[in-house]
Amino acid sequence: MSIKVVEGKNIKRDYHIGGGLFRGARTVHAVKGVSFSVDKGKTLAIVGESGCGKSTLARIITLIDPATSGELFIDGNKVDIARNSLTKEMRRKVQIVFQNPYGSLNPRQKIGDVLGEPLLINTDKPAEERRDLAMKMLKKVGLGTEHYNRYPHMFSGGQRQRIAIARALMLNPSLLVLDEPVSALDLSVQAQVLNLLADLQDEFQLTYVFISHDLSVVRYIADDVMVMYFGEAVEYGSREEVFADPKHSYTRTLFAATPRADVASIKARLAKKKAA
Amino acid sequence: MALLDIQNLVVEFQTASGPFRAVDGVSLHVDEREVLAIVGESGSGKSVSMLAVMGLLPWTATVTADEMSFNGRDLLKMSPAERRKIVGKDMSMIFQEPMASLNPCFTVGFQIEEVLRFHMGMDKAQRRERAIELLTQVGIAEPAERLNSFPHQMSGGQCQRVMIAIAIACNPKLLIADEPTTALDVTIQKQILDLLVSLQVKYGMGLIMITHNMGVVAETADRVIVQYKGRKMEEADVLSLFESPKSNYTRALLSALPDNAVGDRLPTVSDMLFEPAAGVA
Repeated sequence: MSIKVVEGKNIKRDYHIGGGLFRGARTVHAVKGVSFSVDKGKTLAIVGESGCGKSTLARIITLIDPATSGELFIDGNKVDIARNSLTKEMRRKVQIVFQNPYGSLNPRQKIGDVLGEPLLINTDKPAEERRDLAMKMLKKVGLGTEHYNRYPHMFSGGQRQRIAIARALMLNPSLLVLDEPVSALDLSVQAQVLNLLADLQDEFQLTYVFISHDLSVVRYIADDVMVMYFGEAVEYGSREEVFADPKHSYTRTLFAATPRADVASIKARLAKKKAA
Repeated sequence: MALLDIQNLVVEFQTASGPFRAVDGVSLHVDEREVLAIVGESGSGKSVSMLAVMGLLPWTATVTADEMSFNGRDLLKMSPAERRKIVGKDMSMIFQEPMASLNPCFTVGFQIEEVLRFHMGMDKAQRRERAIELLTQVGIAEPAERLNSFPHQMSGGQCQRVMIAIAIACNPKLLIADEPTTALDVTIQKQILDLLVSLQVKYGMGLIMITHNMGVVAETADRVIVQYKGRKMEEADVLSLFESPKSNYTRALLSALPDNAVGDRLPTVSDMLFEPAAGVA
């Protein structure tokens, strides 16, 4: 039987924008009632354009922001950070990797400290053990122990994203939220990071919530796909369903906008150009 | 005759640990009405070679070339003042990050009109009229009101459109687009690419598209140059590049596309020794 690692029911999030001297207060409905569930070891991809509420949803799943209404279950337990404060236990279960590897690492912190900090805050492991675990994790994400004492500026974008992934995995989370982890990276580095994510998923039975606007990446990595548009989930289903038969007009627009790199479509474009 | 002709371009930077060669003997040419794509990962010297053409590199850079001519004029022998008359007028560039390349202290209208004032010598009324025309052309709604907006009041896609408007303000002969869509999401990317290509066809510009996105190459280019670590690996027209890549680096790059994934893992571009295709270097 499959275990649901994370489940959301009718999650809503409103932002209140306070009025000033010249304008009245407004409410922005960033997420308007989204439901989803992800089984253990699977990947849910959330797709949508900027401003559609996918990062807001990521922050709610990661327990950074509370939802305005709706229910969120993690490992079967109901979580409501608006009412109850978050326990260290819960904090350990969900981790996040941010979009920009250049902005999400503290430039004045050594890599070893970056990796040790989650353990320092959430566990009572002694310094030596933290150090050993950090070394092990560095090797696991394809870096070496000699990187332990270096600073983030000494690494390339792909290496930094590996460090961010390593930091997220230090606490053995069951759920990893990836907010556009490869959109700031080159094609060749992107492939390396995607492979790393696949390897880690196999090894630790990790569950991913993968946020992206790149459909070719989503098609490669996802099991289920959710398409968001102005705060609503306009399409939700397995990868095969969504890609074979997109129901909503926005999904179709999205597919049409994705550049195609196969020979047939290049031929079609060149023929069209010649005719014009 | 080629619009832009570069032979054996070398760019070196003076660093603390000695000279660093960012571009190592690249030759390229662009004809009128042609779309050339330059592909490569970050650090492959694709942006630096175009900045060298524009003369926008810092003083730490040494630019040497056997030939660098634009529209029959030698760019290397030109005085800086002469060169500034060409750059921005006949040859203009769209920079990578729209949010960072617009000046946050001035309105969008001021920044568009600045180009017209320097290069075209238009008076105030003409400038305003042309600026409105340009914003309409790049597809910004309510252009007259938008001229008074500051960059932070616009979205990333809108800022990129403003950048394009500035670049095409003087009807350039050559437009260089440096990763014009990297920071944007797919639907906006499509709009911007369609806009660039339609403008290129309409005005018969030469267009150089710098990118690392193979999809963008497939959708826009006529001819493609693949660059790796400052050297040209392959040059081919777009169809033969995708159909039968000659260099092993191009093959590695193409197989790293998630679209072309076979099986469980993607092949990666590791640090193996890549050879330029025969007859290129």
